[in-house]
Parts: sequence; structure tokens; C-alpha cells
Amino acid sequence: MLRENQRRFKFDWITIILFLLLIGFGYLNILSASHVGDVTSYFDTSQLYGKQLIFIGLTLILIILILSFEAKFYERFASIIYIVAILALLGLFLFGKDVNGARSWYGIGSMTIQPSEFAKFATALAVAKYISDLQTNMQTLKDQIRVAAIIFIPALLILLQNDAGSTMVYLAFFFVFYREGLQQIYLIVALSLIVLAVLSLKYGIAITAIVVTLVLAIRYFFRKKKRASIPQYILVLLLAVSFSYGVKLFYQHGLKTHQQNRITIFLRLEKDPVKLEQMRKREAYNLIQSEQAISSGGLTGKGFLQGTRTTGKFVPEQETDYIFSTVGEEWGFLGSSTVIILFVLLIIRILYLAEAQKSQFSRVYGYGVASILFIHFTVNIGMVMGLIPTVGIPLPFFSYGGSGLWGFTILLFIFIKLDSNKINEW
Amino acid sequence: MRKLLLLTTVILVGLVFIARLFYLQVYGGYEYDIFEDSAIKKEYNYPKRGYVYDRNGKLLVANQPSYDVMVIPRDVEFMDSIKLNEFCKLLKITKETYYKRLEKASNYSPRLSSPFVQQLSKNDYAVLQEKMRKYTGFYIQKRSLRFYQTTIGANVLGDIGEVNRNIIAKKPYYKLGDLIGKQGIEKTYENILRGIKGIKFIQKDRFNKNIGPYKNGIFDTLPKPGKDITITIDAELQAYGELLMTNKRGGIVAIEPSSGEILAMVSGPSYNPNLLVGRERSKNFNILYKDSIAKPLFDRGLQAMYPPGSPFKTLNALVALQEGVVTTEERFSCAMGYRYGNRKMGCHAHRSPANMNIGIYESCNAYFANVYRRIIDKYDSPAEGMDNWSKHIKSFGLGNYLNNDLSVGQPGKVPTASTYNRGYGKNRWYTTFTISNAIGQGEVLATPIQLANMAAAIGNRGHYYTPHIIKEIEGDTIPSKFTTPKYTTIDKRHFEPVVQGMFDVYNKGTADMLQVKGIEICGKTGTAENFAIIDSVKTQLTDHSIFVAFAPKDNPKIALAVFVENGYFGSRFAGRMASLMIEYYLRGEITRKDMENFVLRYSLEHEYQKPFSNEPFGINRQTTLEAIDEKEFQKLLQLKAEIPKS
Repeated sequence: MLRENQRRFKFDWITIILFLLLIGFGYLNILSASHVGDVTSYFDTSQLYGKQLIFIGLTLILIILILSFEAKFYERFASIIYIVAILALLGLFLFGKDVNGARSWYGIGSMTIQPSEFAKFATALAVAKYISDLQTNMQTLKDQIRVAAIIFIPALLILLQNDAGSTMVYLAFFFVFYREGLQQIYLIVALSLIVLAVLSLKYGIAITAIVVTLVLAIRYFFRKKKRASIPQYILVLLLAVSFSYGVKLFYQHGLKTHQQNRITIFLRLEKDPVKLEQMRKREAYNLIQSEQAISSGGLTGKGFLQGTRTTGKFVPEQETDYIFSTVGEEWGFLGSSTVIILFVLLIIRILYLAEAQKSQFSRVYGYGVASILFIHFTVNIGMVMGLIPTVGIPLPFFSYGGSGLWGFTILLFIFIKLDSNKINEW
Repeated sequence: MRKLLLLTTVILVGLVFIARLFYLQVYGGYEYDIFEDSAIKKEYNYPKRGYVYDRNGKLLVANQPSYDVMVIPRDVEFMDSIKLNEFCKLLKITKETYYKRLEKASNYSPRLSSPFVQQLSKNDYAVLQEKMRKYTGFYIQKRSLRFYQTTIGANVLGDIGEVNRNIIAKKPYYKLGDLIGKQGIEKTYENILRGIKGIKFIQKDRFNKNIGPYKNGIFDTLPKPGKDITITIDAELQAYGELLMTNKRGGIVAIEPSSGEILAMVSGPSYNPNLLVGRERSKNFNILYKDSIAKPLFDRGLQAMYPPGSPFKTLNALVALQEGVVTTEERFSCAMGYRYGNRKMGCHAHRSPANMNIGIYESCNAYFANVYRRIIDKYDSPAEGMDNWSKHIKSFGLGNYLNNDLSVGQPGKVPTASTYNRGYGKNRWYTTFTISNAIGQGEVLATPIQLANMAAAIGNRGHYYTPHIIKEIEGDTIPSKFTTPKYTTIDKRHFEPVVQGMFDVYNKGTADMLQVKGIEICGKTGTAENFAIIDSVKTQLTDHSIFVAFAPKDNPKIALAVFVENGYFGSRFAGRMASLMIEYYLRGEITRKDMENFVLRYSLEHEYQKPFSNEPFGINRQTTLEAIDEKEFQKLLQLKAEIPKS
């Protein structure tokens, strides 16, 4: 009995409290964003807020279920869970339901389930399992390719289902790999590629080539020891230029029109300011509305259920991807900063716990959880505030939807379970 | 190191986000203003503007509904050319105008509403009303325009027009497209007549659909109707005055001495107040505004400052008696003028030597020159004497704004010692330098309303009420400053000789031919020399004809000042008009048809053309009278007959 009690209280309550705060606050905002007229009953299941309340109720059951499994279960069954998730994604091609052009849902009666939300924790488990294998060495190319494949399969399947936003989430695993020994050069290359991509879109290939040449020249002359040979430098230059060309080509032909427009607006690639403004009005309607809603909140916000733009449903998708605009409008700077701080605290707490794990599996998984939450948080809020191009991706615990909520809950609580078990590790 | 990458990135992103939030929400002092919130539609309900009645309860100004098409540029949706054509056709504008106005409105503010097409006709409104819903961003705003029940009193009644952006910036009550009093009583009593508009806040959704009252309507207000007012004007007297002023330029101001109420306030040339209503307002206003020759918007009764001339002599007589420097019987001789040093102030032939009575009714310049010198020289220095004199004169409401409820006015001028100190140097001037003040020329300037008020003060034997135009405000009282008497510095006992002198002006003096049987009128003629710059040469024009009067002699019911530009001597036009006004007011009919016919028949238009004729012209004695043709004369008589009915 004593053992049981000890175990119960070993759960990291800080994480759980942060989770509950976010869920609770998220629910209030869904209520604001989705109510029409007066709220007659909070359990009115014809309304989104009523449904969300049921989802939250089910979440609690789910949590008990997750915590009641043995911690070892997740490590042992990681591969199987992963395979089930992949099969679920594959099944979409046969049995999936199209919603807004994305084939990401299973329809069961009136309910829909989005397997990509569950594929995240499955992938995180699989990655943790693979990396924690004693024979795995992240410094070797062989393992790098294999582990990349683990994330590449679900990412590709999701991309094929036309859900580019959810695909981006798999970039989160880069942080995990890096933590687990991926060479520095990957980080440098990744950052360089981002810079190169922006440069070539914004200033063209010629200028990009000149910049790369300059950087390489500086490096060549200031690095006295271990100087690479000139042909190697030229190879790098050629690769950079072809990448630059590829980016340009991809931007022009590889993207769908709306994706292309989002990048055009974000990087201001249209030179004519009048045209750009027109384009912004036409293509970035959501963003304009969302920025206006957030701005209109001021320091303290208009108050719960008092947001005029929220009530008027000015921001499309305000209960899902754009829920943060409701936070901004009704709770103002103070409320929205609080949300950001809560997220940052949650992620830092998870990182802290992950680092404290004795088992590598738990640590890698914890890192995966933190990274996935981080990408969602950054991309979603960044998008709603106009800091990064528009990408459709939900805000964890806030955005309306059962699958998302459960996906994140499972993701988080498996880690809480793993963490509670750390003294039982060998 | 590897452990820190994600940690630092997370913290960095958090900070960037908070900074961005700060920028969006706090930086720039963003304050939520419901009027700027396009999610909330503001529906204005304009109250009835107060009606205006004359002193006898005759309705002068009422309202008529008007409909404006308003636009909120940000809400305007792109229209294909078919829809746009249809819309432009409904509004009766061209596509170019459509784009031009849309851009103009957008430049003002994309969020706030601007007028797009104003004051639709009833038919256009009926057609548009049904189709308006199709055109997002446009709506119809009902307002109330003025509906004048009369064609007179444009300068008194004033008009309402659209607020400009300066006013909006100063008075946030007004929104673009609102109407505000621009002139006359509409301007001075704007807040009373206007009432307070009601407002409804309506929550909209992004499709511009109303989804119910904002916060259940707790901020909504009902319109508060404007209050009706009664003005002191006697519409019939006003109409008669305007008729008399036909084909002339000048002003008439008539006051009830016992209350300071303005009975009539005529400015010629006048215009029909209905010209400044509705869609045509700005066009017509521009025509009136740009008429720099006739200046119909210049209220000559209130704004024209001239040397008052002879009527001013009465004040000098009063000051002299008050200061005890002459007795009423003391006589001064006049040999066709008054000599001082080697200069002479001319006078005309009359009985000499003159006592005060003769001095007044014969308007003797020499008499008043002597009296004026005594007033000033009573003190050790001319400066002291001048300031004392100035104080007495100012107590009659001259030399400063009357501080009343009229939208325009001029202070006039009464010189003090410092006026001459500035001109000649301190103590380097003598009484004779200022001798013109004796006969109301010199440095003294006054407006007709000030002269009428002066007449009222004399008629009241020493006090006056600030001339005002408000008589009653529905459910309110008029300001007490209009009901408290203001006392002059002259004792009551000194007035009788002066009043008698003014009475004798009618009996045996300069206005003896203007008598009206059965009415004891006291008056004083005056002329004012005036000049115009023609081809950069200062050229004298025919004198202005001035007359100041009150009647009856005891307990006067009316006091007035008449001023006719280039009307020559005082009794020629101004005097006749004064007598006619008095008789019309006291009796309601005219027995002196000869005078009325004279005033109506003779026009001064030819006189006003002279300075623009590019030819040499004669003035005063060399002028002739020009009659209007018979048909027009009959038309004026017809108008006169219709006055009580109109």
C-alpha cells in the first residue's frame, strides 16, 4: 500500500498543474470563440464548447488509463504502437474522409478522428525506442538514416493527405537528434539552408551566390589550420547555388498557389506596395483579422465573452487554429503573455525532467514531447501574430478538437508516467 | 551545450512572442474605442431639431426628413461591373465619381463611416432602401433637414450644414456627415436646438450581418429631442424691414427698450434661407460667399462698423450734463461752423446761438464742439478728460462686444487717452486734436445694433438690457444676463432735455418731414462719410444715411437704428425707414404712404455700381434718385400686402 501511495505522488505535479491551467484556460476561450447568443447550457452538445467539455471529460479518463499502465509497457510496445499509427495513416487513403481538402479524418458516426494527432506520440515513442537501443549511435550515418526514416514515413503520409502543417511538426525531432549526438554540422547546415532559402527568394540567385562566395572566402582566409582544399569550397558553392535555384523553382512551381501567396506576403516578395497590400487583403484575411483582434485587446483585454470581434466571429477558424486571437482580444496583453509564459514553463519543465531521467528512452521521449509542443506553440502563435507564414497547425490544449486534445494529452502523460517511474529504473 | 539548444530557443521564442504582443497591444497607446470597432455597428437615431417660433408664436423653422447614403470603406466588397453599374445607376452617379468618393472616404478613415451620396430625394430613397442590403459597406442614414416656413430672416435664422473635420476633432459628439448650426441662431443655440442623438450598438459578424445588440444594449441611448425656441423677432416687422431694404444695402436693428429683445434685424441685401438647405447648400453658399460686392452674408446690422455721426451728439450732451460742464440753457454761437486754431469744422445754416435743445434738433456742430471741449478740458489734462469721457460713452454699450447671443458681432470703437498717446505720443495732443468725437466722426465707430441699443438706453432714461434674440426656451429659462438691466453712468434726471431735443428733431428739426401723426417719435439723423479704394486712389463715395430713433417718447416700445449704405443724408432713406418701421410696429399699418412709396420706389443699385463703372462719378449733392420700373414697384406693394399672411 505504501508503495502504491508513494507512486501516486511521484507524478510531477508541476507539469500536471500547468497542463490543467492550459486546458482550463483553453476551454474558456473556446467557449468565447464558439458561443452564439447567450450560453444556455455548458453541456449543450450541439455547440462546440459543449463538445469540448465532453472531450475534456474523456481526457481525464484517458489520463487515468495512461497512468495505470506499467511504465515499461510504453517502451516495450513502442514499435507496435508506431506500426499501428502508420497503418492508421495508411488506412486513410482507403477509408478517410475529406475535410477542407485534407484527407486526414476517419468518420465514425458523427464523430471524426484524426490519426495524425496520434501519430506524433507514436513516432516519439519509436524514435525514443530506436535511439535508446544500446547499439544505436547517432554519430553514424547508418543510424541517422534509419532514425530519419522513422519520422519520414508518417511525415510523408501526412503530407500526401494534404496536411502540410502537421508534416512540419516532424521537424521537431531535429532537436531530439541533436540532443542525442547528431553532429554540429547538421545544425550549421540547417541554419545555413534557412538563410539561403530566404536570401534566394528575397534577393535572387545571383546575390545569394555572391554572399555565399564572400562567406566562403572569408572562411578560407581566416582559417589558417585545417584549411579545406579549394575544389571543396567550389563544391560547397555549387551546392549552395543549386539549392538556391531549387528553392526558387520550388517556390514557383512546387507550391500550391495559396502556399506561394503566404510566402510572398510574409517575405514581401511583391515589389509593388499597392499590389502587395491588395494581396494581403485578399490572401491574408485571416491574419489581418487576427492581428486586429489581438491588437484591440489592449493591455487588459475586453473581458471574458466580451470580445466584439470574437463574438462577431471575425477571425475565421477562431476556435481552432486562430484561438489565440480570442485570448488576445478578451484577455489582452496580460492574459496572452500569461499563456505564453505557461507554455514556456511547461516546455522547460519537461526539458528539465527529461534531463533528469536515468533511462535514455525516457529522456529521448521527454525531449520529443518538449520539441513537439514547442513546434506547435511556435508555429501556431507565430502565425496568428504574423511572425511566420501562415501554417495550419493547432495550439496544444487550446484549439478545439478531440483528436488534438487527446493526442497531446497522451503525448504528455506517457512522459509523466515514464518520469514517475524513474526510481524503479535500474 | 547540446542540452541548451532547445532550452534557449524556447526562452527566446517566448520573449519574441511577448515582445510582439507588447507591440500589437500596448505599444502606441492603443485604447479600445467602440466607435472605431468595425465589429460594432453604430446606428444613430437623430432627434427632431427644435422648432423656431417668432415672438408672436408664428412657426419660422421646422424640419424635413433627409436620407444620406453612408459608406464604411473597409466593409465595401468588390463589385463586378454589372453590380457596380446597377449601384451607380441607383445612386445617379458615374463610376468615376464612385471610385473618387470611395477613395476620399477611405483616405479619411477606412473604419469610420463617411457620407457617400447626400440628401437623396424621396423617390430615390424609396427605390434604394429595398436594395441597400445587397451592397455591403453602404447604408442609409436618416437625418433631419431644416424646412423654413418663411423666406425672410436668413441672417437671423442662419442655417445648418455638415460638420467639417476641424469641428469633429474639437467636439467628438459630431461624426462625419452630421449637421451643425453654421450661422445665426442655429449656431448660437446649436446645443439646445440639436438635442442629443440616440445610438444603438449592434454586434456584427464578419459577413456584416447584425447578430444582436452589443452587450444586450446596455450602452444604447435614446435620442433626446431638441428644444423648441421662441425668438424675439417679430416676423412681420422683420419682413417689412427687409422689404424696405429691397434694392438697398444696409441694416436695421430694432429693439424693445423695456427688455432688450431684438424685434427685427434686417441686413440688405438678403437671401432666401431655403437656399441653404439640402443638396444645393454648398453650391448656393459658395455663390453667396463669393459675392464680394454685395456681400449678402455680411450682416450689416451687426457687423458694419461706421462712425455714428450726429446721433452720437446726444451722448455728448448727456455726458456734459452729467459732468456739469453746461446747463441746458447755455448758448453757443455758430457761424456756419466752429473755428479752432486756424481750422474750421463746418455746419449748416440754422438759428444761432444755440442752446442744448436747438443744438440737438438742428444738429449743430459748433454747439457740440464747445460742449465736447468743456467735457475734456474739465480735467487737468486732456488724457484724464478723455478717459472720463470714454468711460461714460462705453457705459452705453459702445466700444465693446455686446456679449449677446448673436453669432456675429463687432466691438465698434470708443477712443481713450491711450488711443491718442499711441498716435501722437504721450501728452503730445490736445482736446482739439480729438474734436471730431464731438460730432461722432473721429475715432468713434459703432455698429447699427450698438446704436439701436444706445437709443434704447436713452429711451429708458439711463439703462438698457443686452440686446438678445432668445425669448423662450422650451422647458428652460433664458440666461439672466439678458434680464438684468445695465445702468449707464448718466443720472436719470439728465435725460429729459436730450429726449426733448430728439423729439424736436421730429417736430422742427432735421426730420420734421418724417412725422407720423399720433406717434411721438424721438430720433436723430446722421450721415457717415465713407471711402473706397478705386484704382489705388482713396475716393469718397456718397454718405451713408443713418437714423436712430425710439418711440413713443415716454415708455418707448421700440428703439432702432437704420443704416443705409450711400443713402446720402440721414432723413432721406434711413429716417423714412425708421418712421415706417415704428409706425408698422406700433400700428400694424402705414398711414404715411408717401414715405413708403418713396422708399420702395427708389433704388440705390446705381449708386453701388459707381465705384465699378471705371468712370468719374458724382456723390452726395450730385446724386440723383433712380426709381425702379412700375411693374417691380407694384410687385413690392403686393409683397407688402402679403406680409401678415406669409
